[in-house]
Amino acid sequence: MRLPKPITRALALMSPDSRSDRVVPPSGHTAWLTTFTAAAMTFLCVFAMALSLASGRLATRWSDALARTSTIRLSAPPGQMEAQTAAILALLAATPGVESARALTDAENRALLEPWFGPELPVEELPLPGLIEVTEADPGYDTDGLRQRLRAEAPGAVLDDHARWRRPLAEAASKLRMLGLLSIILIGTAMAAMVTLAASASLEANAQVVRVLRLVGARDQYIARAFVRRFTLRAFSGACIGAVFGLIGVLILPRADAAGAFLTGLGFTGWGWLLPFVLPPLVGLVAFFSTRYAALRKLREFR
Amino acid sequence: MYINTGKSWARGFGAGFWVQGDRAVIAFESAAYNYGGGELLSDVTLRLAPGSFHFLTGPSGSGKTTFLKMAYAELLPTAGHVTIFDREVKTLGRDDVAAVRRRIGVVHQDVQFLDHLPLATNMQLPLIVSGKKTSADDLNELLKWVGLSHLADALPPSLSGGERQRAALARAIIMGPDVIIADEPTGNVDWEMSLRLLTLLVELNRMGKTILIATHDLNLIRQAKNQIPTRVLRISKRRIQLAGADL
Ligand SMILES: Nc1ncnc2c1ncn2[C@@H]1O[C@H](COP(=O)(O)OP(=O)(O)O)[C@@H](O)[C@H]1O
Ligand SMILES: [Mg+2]
Repeated sequence: MRLPKPITRALALMSPDSRSDRVVPPSGHTAWLTTFTAAAMTFLCVFAMALSLASGRLATRWSDALARTSTIRLSAPPGQMEAQTAAILALLAATPGVESARALTDAENRALLEPWFGPELPVEELPLPGLIEVTEADPGYDTDGLRQRLRAEAPGAVLDDHARWRRPLAEAASKLRMLGLLSIILIGTAMAAMVTLAASASLEANAQVVRVLRLVGARDQYIARAFVRRFTLRAFSGACIGAVFGLIGVLILPRADAAGAFLTGLGFTGWGWLLPFVLPPLVGLVAFFSTRYAALRKLREFR
Repeated sequence: MYINTGKSWARGFGAGFWVQGDRAVIAFESAAYNYGGGELLSDVTLRLAPGSFHFLTGPSGSGKTTFLKMAYAELLPTAGHVTIFDREVKTLGRDDVAAVRRRIGVVHQDVQFLDHLPLATNMQLPLIVSGKKTSADDLNELLKWVGLSHLADALPPSLSGGERQRAALARAIIMGPDVIIADEPTGNVDWEMSLRLLTLLVELNRMGKTILIATHDLNLIRQAKNQIPTRVLRISKRRIQLAGADL
């Protein structure tokens, strides 16, 4: 199998060369800071991902609300049901801001109730309210005005526009998702910056080592490799730890039935559980490139 | 007498002479160096012929180290040209500089090592960074030559100044470089060890290596002159001159 050149070069830079590693002294007490940073950042990233995915799902689920439907529930004596339904439909047809309206059939009513009462429900024999589905135009109708006119036309009619209050929630959910994505990007950038700083500081601290290596004829690539390998491995192992703890954190969040509506969704579903495992290689990659950049840049200070 | 290789009088001194036609491992042409406070070295024109042996003398602060640094591409001349292995140093990229350093063994005045690695590893550093290996026999032989066999596993900070200089010389020659440049290599060693190091350098010169040594040890120069044809360059009034016969 032939790999693309940038990848083979990256792999070559990562290939274990104990001798090139040894020429740079062990980094002492600050070494764990990179690992810790990567772990903390990955941990946060797992939550940002969970938040982003959950709010994405929420936004989709609530986007029914964006279809702008509401319901009119009509209770009337059996004899007047049909007449009042017709009157309401006529009223709605003349209401500005209403796109369409239609009465649900018995079959549809049964389908709605089935989850609660089972399939054998004799819908026809029950004094069930009639349901009229109203689809709103854009801009929508005036709720209070419609309520008043309904009261005049059919006193037993109740306009249920519950879907309306969901609309800002759906918007909030998609904004939350954007925030989550933004957080992921910020966390990634901050980590790249920190690894770059740590690598530069490490090169600075090892100025004599770098000078000696250059003097005996070491190429920049050779010197950079020792630093790049070190920081990439540290960031990668830190990210592994962070991802595991992040997953544990998401797992111990209360399940759907136990907690309230919003928190239930905060977690991963299906393939989503694999996403946190993408983070360590990604973090490794970020560390690889930022260390390489820092090293090759810093090395230019030494001739 | 200034060194002017282009002139006809400079030719025909025979093989081994430092000014020898157009063949040169390192060539200076009207080169100057200025750290910022005026020119320290001016109008240096000379060629180091392959296989030649040069000493460079001059009072402390006259610019010996500066001159050597130009000769191994550590410093670029602020005027004029320096050519190393037929390449103008200003055109050398970073990897080219690394390649040049693999062909020039340098013993610095302020010898530096990787302090966390034992002496033997430090001596092999030029080989390590260029992906080469040396046999244990060669290494032991070299250690014996510089009298450091008993310190192979010692860490550099525990060595004396003389031991460091000998180790640096060993490190400079382990790659089998074409040129060996040493900046006061006998500065911290006793006379007996100085002679031993000189013998080593003379031996290397007989093998065809080009040698350039900065020193103010006139006894060492006299000793060398007894063994091999050498030339002595002296820095005086910012110029590099060929020293007179009094040496
Ligand atoms: N990096 C530097 N910056 C400014 N001046 C320097 C630097 N290095 C050396 N010098 C000055 O240049 C002069 C020559 O230094 P050097 O080449 O080391 O002389 P030598 O080796 O003959 O003692 C000295 O006066 C020294 O102070
Ligand atoms: Mg000096």
